[in-house]
Amino acid sequence: MEFAQIATVAGKEFWDRIRNRWVLAVALVFTAFALSIAYFGAAQQGTVGFRSIEVTIASLVSLVIYLIPLIALVLGFDAIVGERERGSLDLLLSMPITRVELLLGKYLGLAGALAFSTVAGFGLVGLVLSAQLDLAALFHYFGFMLSSVLLGCAFLSLAVMLSVFAADRTRASGLAIAMWFFFVLIFDLLLLGALVVSGGQWGGEVMPYLLLLNPADVFRILNIFALEDVRTLYGLATVFPPTLARSDLLGLVMAAWIALPLAIAAWRFRK
Amino acid sequence: MIVARGVHKHYGAIHAVDGVDLDVRAGELFGLIGHNGAGKSTMFKMMLGLIPVTAGEIRIDGAMVAGHGGANGDFRAVRRKIGYLPENVVLYDNLTGLETLQFFARLKGVSQADNHALLERVGLTHAARRRVREYSKGMRQRLGFAQALLGKPRILFLDEPTTGLDPEAIRGFYAILRRLKGDGVTMVITSHILAEIQERVDRLAIMAAGKVQACGTVQSLREQMDLPLWFSVRVAPEDFEAVRAALGHLPVGAIEAHDDHIAVQCRREAKMAVIAALATLDGKVRDLGVHEPSLEDVFFGFSD
Repeated sequence: MEFAQIATVAGKEFWDRIRNRWVLAVALVFTAFALSIAYFGAAQQGTVGFRSIEVTIASLVSLVIYLIPLIALVLGFDAIVGERERGSLDLLLSMPITRVELLLGKYLGLAGALAFSTVAGFGLVGLVLSAQLDLAALFHYFGFMLSSVLLGCAFLSLAVMLSVFAADRTRASGLAIAMWFFFVLIFDLLLLGALVVSGGQWGGEVMPYLLLLNPADVFRILNIFALEDVRTLYGLATVFPPTLARSDLLGLVMAAWIALPLAIAAWRFRK
Repeated sequence: MIVARGVHKHYGAIHAVDGVDLDVRAGELFGLIGHNGAGKSTMFKMMLGLIPVTAGEIRIDGAMVAGHGGANGDFRAVRRKIGYLPENVVLYDNLTGLETLQFFARLKGVSQADNHALLERVGLTHAARRRVREYSKGMRQRLGFAQALLGKPRILFLDEPTTGLDPEAIRGFYAILRRLKGDGVTMVITSHILAEIQERVDRLAIMAAGKVQACGTVQSLREQMDLPLWFSVRVAPEDFEAVRAALGHLPVGAIEAHDDHIAVQCRREAKMAVIAALATLDGKVRDLGVHEPSLEDVFFGFSD
């Protein structure tokens, strides 16, 4: 594998998103939402202004869990199928580059753009809040940013996988939307439904493990278990064993969510 | 230089390429022609190693690019020798012409030093810093050609390369091909504009239904097809009958009288006899033209 080839493709993808202001737009969206949540999150209770990092992160998690998967899926769904449909894939593949290098280059460039906009958007808010945060709070906020980047990378990996399998862009976009619905809206409902229907008999013990089958849930758990105050806000915390809730372990699970779809995409794309 | 042996490509029950043997010699300009769906593009893609063969093998400079077990040898070294201009080339709208060449030069691992010279060669110096989205179809095609020439390739694959070019640009394009041929570059070209390539290719293969129906020089294919020649004999209308009489004893085909000339069809073996008979008319013949069958005639003869 030649890393120079991967870097060339990744560099083009990254600078494309910088140049067409995609990164700027997404960063501004994150900044606007994060600032609004930090300062006006408690407006319903009749107060405004920054209260605590725990509450801010808890609110941001609820937002990010919807937003980042959607942005990542939109960003990556046409990575390969788009090139194929436009007719530029043959030209790219006639170059001294392997299919895996091309795929990795595409992924890394897009992941770089997504990570940059996430860190820039939330990082700016972190800077604004830094005067009011102690080191521990800053550490938590950094952890939230890092896990947000991992969440984006996981869904981007899924999007790139779809992009390899889909026959055309229309189907790829439909599949991406279906994937978002499944992981962000339906998955948890299915698990809870199974628990309720079985009167708690079915799935109670395996529930924590089943949650690991959804990167959005892994992200949620990563952030919930990092904060004592927040943990109590979520009922799920009561069913999730602390042995599974180690951030290093959950980080590894998230890494698997990034690597596995990419590996499947590479396998399919090489065929 | 390029050798294809027993190449098949099947998509289910469809045999897109069905047992093709080809030899493209070093330094020649080789044409690949056929109707849409004849298998040219599939053959092209297999020669470039973009799609695998179902059976058979293709070698470029001895290195297998498609065949049992896939490509072998150093595929990157082979790819660096190749330039490819796809049909209806699609480049990146958000890059400028110069950035396009820089991107592909990096991918190809060749020097950036020639980028400006290549843009000048295809007449795009003035548009080097304009985004490709502002380019006309012809300009995109020329930029695609410049891309194909990156790194001084030894082999060029040109798929319908003059699509979208105006007559002046087409002339310039073939002038560049002539110079490349002089430098020993091997070129494989497809085109639907047969009149354009018939005088320019060294040899060509006619494909139909996934098979090579004929392969050789244009002249050898004409002879193989044994199509009749046409004489255009310019004479005054009052001398038309004298011409008919002079040719009457020869094995000629149709004789058609037009306003100021007579068109005479004959077989190749009767050509010299017709010329000799016309020479006896002693000043009545004002001009004489001999028209070989066109590549289009040859093409339809083989492909139908």
